[in-house]
Amino acid sequence: MVTEKDVQHIAELADVGIRTEELGTFTHQFNAILEYFDILDRVEGSGQGERDLYNVLREDVVEPSLPQDEVLRNAPHTEDGFIKAPRVM
Amino acid sequence: MAGTIVFEPDDRYNAFLSTATAGPQGSGTLSGVMVAVKDNISTRGIETTCASKILKGYVPPYDAHVVGLLKAAGATIAGKTNLDEFGMGTTTENSAFGPTLNPRDTSRVPGGSSGGSAAAVAAGMVKVALGTDTGGSIRCPAAFCGIVGLKPSYGRVSRYGLIAYSNSLEQIGPLGRTVSDVSTLMGVIAGYDRHDSTSQNKPYNHTPKADIKGLKIGIPAEYFGKGVDPDVAAVVKKAIGRLEELGATTVPCSIPSMEYALAAYYVTCTSEASSNLARFDGVRYGPAPDWKKSWHDAFQDVRGSAFGAEVRRRIMLGTFALSSGYYGKYYAKAQVARRNVREDFNRIFRDVDVIAGPTMPTIAFKLKEKSDPLSMYLADILTVPANLAGIPSISVPCGTSQGMPVGLQIMGRMFEDERVVDVAYAYEQAVN
Amino acid sequence: MTDPDGQVIVGLEVHCQLDTKSKLFCGCSTDYRNDGPNTHVCPICLGLPGAMPALNKKAIEYAMKVAKALNCEIVNEAEFSRKNYFYPDLDKAYQITQYDKPLAEGGYLEIESDEGGEKKVRLTRIHVEEDPGRLVHMGNAERGKYSLVDYNRAGIPLIEIVSEPDMRSPKEARKFLNKLRATLEYLSVFDSEKEGSLRVDANISIKGSERVEVKNITSYKGVEKALTFEVTRQKNLIRRGQKIDRETRHYLEARGVTQSARSKEQEHDYRYFPEPDLRPLRVKSWVDSIVLPELPDARRERFMKQYGCSLSHARTLTGELKLANFFEQVVREDPHGLSPLAATWIADTLIGELNYRDMSLDRVDPAAMTGLVRLLKAGTITDKSGVEVMRVMLDQRLKGEAAETPDAIVKRLGLTKSAGDDGALIAAIEEAVNENPKALEDYRNGEGKALNFLVGQVMKKTRGKADPAILNTMLAEALKKRGV
Repeated sequence: MVTEKDVQHIAELADVGIRTEELGTFTHQFNAILEYFDILDRVEGSGQGERDLYNVLREDVVEPSLPQDEVLRNAPHTEDGFIKAPRVM
Repeated sequence: MAGTIVFEPDDRYNAFLSTATAGPQGSGTLSGVMVAVKDNISTRGIETTCASKILKGYVPPYDAHVVGLLKAAGATIAGKTNLDEFGMGTTTENSAFGPTLNPRDTSRVPGGSSGGSAAAVAAGMVKVALGTDTGGSIRCPAAFCGIVGLKPSYGRVSRYGLIAYSNSLEQIGPLGRTVSDVSTLMGVIAGYDRHDSTSQNKPYNHTPKADIKGLKIGIPAEYFGKGVDPDVAAVVKKAIGRLEELGATTVPCSIPSMEYALAAYYVTCTSEASSNLARFDGVRYGPAPDWKKSWHDAFQDVRGSAFGAEVRRRIMLGTFALSSGYYGKYYAKAQVARRNVREDFNRIFRDVDVIAGPTMPTIAFKLKEKSDPLSMYLADILTVPANLAGIPSISVPCGTSQGMPVGLQIMGRMFEDERVVDVAYAYEQAVN
Repeated sequence: MTDPDGQVIVGLEVHCQLDTKSKLFCGCSTDYRNDGPNTHVCPICLGLPGAMPALNKKAIEYAMKVAKALNCEIVNEAEFSRKNYFYPDLDKAYQITQYDKPLAEGGYLEIESDEGGEKKVRLTRIHVEEDPGRLVHMGNAERGKYSLVDYNRAGIPLIEIVSEPDMRSPKEARKFLNKLRATLEYLSVFDSEKEGSLRVDANISIKGSERVEVKNITSYKGVEKALTFEVTRQKNLIRRGQKIDRETRHYLEARGVTQSARSKEQEHDYRYFPEPDLRPLRVKSWVDSIVLPELPDARRERFMKQYGCSLSHARTLTGELKLANFFEQVVREDPHGLSPLAATWIADTLIGELNYRDMSLDRVDPAAMTGLVRLLKAGTITDKSGVEVMRVMLDQRLKGEAAETPDAIVKRLGLTKSAGDDGALIAAIEEAVNENPKALEDYRNGEGKALNFLVGQVMKKTRGKADPAILNTMLAEALKKRGV
């Protein structure tokens, strides 16, 4: 069972805003789904087995980058060639 | 044969999110063919939204590998089709830009998540379309709309440029009105791409053949059991009967791992999605975050308001499944479950050539019928095993139930896409 | 209670940029430092939706070369994982790194211990990962703060080398770093002169107390400074009977202090899982075909054996690839004859003069250095003049003036050493003695210091050209003549 507090914590970890009025519904749905996921407890063993491919590598060759204007075109805010972002300090 | 194709569709089903009014006509296999492209596939210079507000206005500076192949084959991009936001849904109702309606009955959903592509084909707006299939997203709408849809073997079609929802499960694939059309489009999009490290060098050069004499078909009990509408099951059994008449033999089989396949699927796809969709923070593209706020607050505002409820639910489920203390219980176990599913298929395919059953357990839902998330997830039970195992699977129309189309699903061995196409083709030729 | 003078315990996590031509997962050039922001990015390193990583083989080969040189074990199967966290410089909101399946494990690096002699610092692991972008902090409290992002650095290949807590002082940590840098340079996989090419996180504790992580150390000297600050801070806390919090602190380079990172930063839960767009590596067998060049330890031994260098000189000279190469170039024509002087003059004098000028060794002409050593060896100039010639040589280079040969400098400045019959020297001695009757008097009264004073006066007059040994003899004779 997860609580509304757990759901709030997960929402913060995922940086998805969740409104107070949504919490109840989300928590309820969460618990129904997680209860269904519990069937995985019956799976035994570990590891995903042999993979389809190994050592997929490319040579160290330089290829053209995007022109700066194309890099910046989709960014909502730019300044002197930089992309503007929220403060971190 | 260069020229310009004019495209003026009557999009009464909301199949398209954007359309080209005219496009260049190239030369090649698809010269003169209008192809609709699901809006989670990047198109240079054409807005690509994943039916999400968070990508409103985003114009990719590059083409997905498959889009480049389409253009090289002379095709004209008709437009970008509607989907459940980021592919997360089974109805195309989870689009930020309104649901797509089923052309066969506008009170019903077209299926999803490639509902726009399926509706565009079913309504005759385009001959073929590209969809993507993470847990049934090509086959489900193909079945619900009465057309053909192929989920290729994992690695056969490059995913480069496909906006990832669940990387380890999804493939781009063709939808069309006929098996031949689907096969032709598959021939254009399949093949190795160095930009996709999971890509395999397995080009598809195949013309469908209707001869299935001596073919062994596995009939898994789980595909006709609990949760499958008896009428749908009856229609599909009848279709399998036609295949027997064409010279195939059927063998009963069982996929025990089906018990937890759906849980494994949802744990895997939500986990990967929680990481894939973390980059949508409004900094490099998308709606602007308030840069005066601290980054977590700014990101939460943007993501909380621009992602739909189902997307946020899956991001949170996946975040939980990967979080400290739960990884072993959920994600790690889901990977073991996937191995078991793969091994079940490998075992069955030692005795049979293909496996057949219904594509979906029911006919197309009424709009708003599936309001509870879990009940919607359960509808994917018959399609997710092929994604978990990576094997090819096709849905071909096989009759109706309550006047709505039913899809026959044919799954094959890894990289034997040609064979599932042939079986579908044999059926199609026999009934038409 | 913890002993404030207890053992200092240090472990390091060192991030080094691998010197490949293209980035780790895309073809963008790594040569971005002279270009504008966001000019070396593509859909992949910008994290555009739909772009997928493609792994650079050279980065894996370089990392394996390092692993082999550091005596690590290449694992049977390595895998990339996603480390999920939000930060504006992290374009995908996850870093592709290696988590539970790093490329290499174990290994060690030998350093000179504080007690003298060599000691092994054990390594935990080496893994490969991508660098995030670069943030610039802008704005102010009144008008609002914000960040500017340049993604040119995003996707540059890094190796992270994690050591065991085997170092016992900030000095040993610096030695570890210097040795590591030298090793990476000898392997030609790393360029230490590129800005930001090395970053260090350090774990430091006083035995019996909690461990503190110091992040954000970006220079070689910074490591010793940051850790020295931490040792003092932690010891003071213990002395005052306070307890040391287990925490992360940031090193503020400009102020030379560490500061608690305690802030609103959410607790970290990185939710690692295997990167589904890449495939695992099974490259253990490649190890056999990796040919390692001569590494610093081997070269140090060779310098002692081949050139007769002292341990300390050999250690200094081989501690940097460029310096070692420079030395060998200088002595190439006459290794036997030139080595002893060249070792001293390069390891002791040249390095000091370069540091004083903040000048790179690249700007010194080895042929000129050979010329200078030859003049010293032939006894043409005194050591004092040698230093003067070197300073002129370096200053000419620094100012971009026409470079004179050491011979030309000696000639122009008249620095040729005075011989015994040198009239100028005799005259200078006479002058010095006549001008300083007080010193003469003192000398007469048995004050030995007075002789040194007179020697100094003569040196001044001859501008250092006089050979000190000859001068001493001649001065003694001159005094004797006066009956002193």
